[in-house]
Amino acid sequence: MSAPLPPAGGSPDVLVTADDAPGVSLWRAAGSRLRRNPTAIVGAVIVLAFVVVALVAPLLTPYQPGSAEWSGDVTPTSVPGPSDDHLLGLDRFGSDLFTQLVYGARQSLVYGVVATAIGLAFGAALGIVSGGAIAVGGRPGVWIDNVVMRVVDIMLSVPSLLLAVSIAAVLGQNSYAIMIAIGAAQVPIFARLLRGSMLAQGRSDYVLAAEALGIRKRKIVMSHVLPNSIGPTVVQATLNLATAIIEVAALSFLGLGQPDPAVAEWGRMLVAAQDRFEAAPQLALLPGAAIAITALGFTLFGEALREALDPRSRR
Amino acid sequence: MLRFALRRLALLVPVLLGLSVLLFVWVRALPGEPARSLLGQRATPEGIARVNEVYGFNDPLLQQYGSYVWALLRGDFGSSIKTGQPVLESFIEKFPGTVELGVAALLFAVVLGIPLGYYAARHQGRLLDTTIVSGSLIGVVTPVFFLAILLKLVFANWLDLLPTSQRQDPRIDATHITNFYVLDGLLTREWDAALDALTHLVLPAVALGTIPLAIIVRITRAAVADVLNEDYVRTAESKGLSRMLVSRRHILRNAMLPVMTTIGLQAGLLFSGAVLTESVFAWNGIGRFLFDSIGQRDYPVLQGYILLIAIIYALINLTVDMAYGVVDPRVRVS
Repeated sequence: MSAPLPPAGGSPDVLVTADDAPGVSLWRAAGSRLRRNPTAIVGAVIVLAFVVVALVAPLLTPYQPGSAEWSGDVTPTSVPGPSDDHLLGLDRFGSDLFTQLVYGARQSLVYGVVATAIGLAFGAALGIVSGGAIAVGGRPGVWIDNVVMRVVDIMLSVPSLLLAVSIAAVLGQNSYAIMIAIGAAQVPIFARLLRGSMLAQGRSDYVLAAEALGIRKRKIVMSHVLPNSIGPTVVQATLNLATAIIEVAALSFLGLGQPDPAVAEWGRMLVAAQDRFEAAPQLALLPGAAIAITALGFTLFGEALREALDPRSRR
Repeated sequence: MLRFALRRLALLVPVLLGLSVLLFVWVRALPGEPARSLLGQRATPEGIARVNEVYGFNDPLLQQYGSYVWALLRGDFGSSIKTGQPVLESFIEKFPGTVELGVAALLFAVVLGIPLGYYAARHQGRLLDTTIVSGSLIGVVTPVFFLAILLKLVFANWLDLLPTSQRQDPRIDATHITNFYVLDGLLTREWDAALDALTHLVLPAVALGTIPLAIIVRITRAAVADVLNEDYVRTAESKGLSRMLVSRRHILRNAMLPVMTTIGLQAGLLFSGAVLTESVFAWNGIGRFLFDSIGQRDYPVLQGYILLIAIIYALINLTVDMAYGVVDPRVRVS
């Protein structure tokens, strides 16, 4: 599921411009390139809309998620559609569908962000240990790197969804288990990426210059190599938010998701909609589209960010 | 080449050994004592005692791990808690179904993806390119199971065009030699059986193949765009070679290297996707069996299947790396 996205490139727009002139920091230059990239703007608008809906969900709807208040109105053959009281109608358990959707955004946001943060924190830590050990050098450095990378290889030897499934099985069925499972499945991606870019940066001229000045290797790694290597990792984190949101839904689909019916969750809504297909396709279409659009937002923004940080990568 | 392959195989040993340790620890880390979590709700004191006996949960840990690995080496991957069937036996029985589905999905992705990516790169910035690139983006972000449900709704429930469950109509009395149903139909000359198996393949293969398709389109587009700027392409074109010849010999051949690696990487994605796709389409393969085992908390099956999938996944990637060496002589040298 967590497929590394290849660079695609949208429409032709920004090139290397005056803001690449000396004196402008990498991140500031990237920011100004982002503002002029339509892909970034579309992505940012989707992400922003998603975050706002998630934050103000209680203001958007008078109802509570998972209330099943109108379960009497749902029959085995029909689910009430849109009405004055219910903007999008009911779901198959008799809760307000619109309410389920906006509260579902909340769950996706929390799960996605926390899971990715877990993956980023542990993955980056492993990456820094590994990349740093090589840069500092010596036999212990190589040895540490070897051990860390073999652990990462073992994690990568299992397809990520199955890795998440096995972790979720150990931790039991609750929100923490879901977030930890999905985050842990992302750890090897971040570890490899950060180690790789630290190795690449380690060969650059400014490192040589710093070494020639007699600066301690540990300091070179932490204050020169690391800050310059972090870009691709930040991009990957943005892209992984999309994957995490999809994988949360996939875990729900596999029956390992959030078990509490009072919590609205897009993946579970999709699963529940399956047996009401013909009568009420909107029950499956709307949460499915919500997942896809949110994932699209993070993907667009992540790709634009990649191009902004490394203008040469655009094709 | 042989030395390269042997070296890679040797590197696989520590990874699989590490994974076996993790899976060994995993069963013991499951909530509750291992015997109870293995038996689930049917746990009785006698049952627990029996499981402890059979699995040796009372022995010292190191000895337990030793006998676990020894059993693995003899091909004993444990047995299902629910049916008692050996894990390896059920895996071998169901694996052809997944391979059939995976190959069909990958074929769909490659046959459509490479030309689409090529045309997008050739028409960069035009409407065709924008359409293909946007389409591939939507393909990447659509969850597999949502697409599967969607296809089922449109092509089966609304249009009533294609079958949506199982691998073949059970009313067809087909002979199965290899358990690859399409192949069986061809081998036995039961054309109706082959055709029926083929129509059953369409929707699941499209559902499973869409994300790989989208990724292959993007990689091909990027790779072709890169190669298009090369001097040798300009030289070939100015020599007056036909467009067909240039695109086949000069552009595609060179652009295929990154595409091939990507195709290899899709294997893991296909295994994850198969769990979801097969369960939507009631497809009799390892994915659906895993899905059921997750639902039933049949941990020995999960444990065995994860290890088997990791082995196959590693072998696929090894094969791809070797194929890479065949296509690109530079890889062999380094």
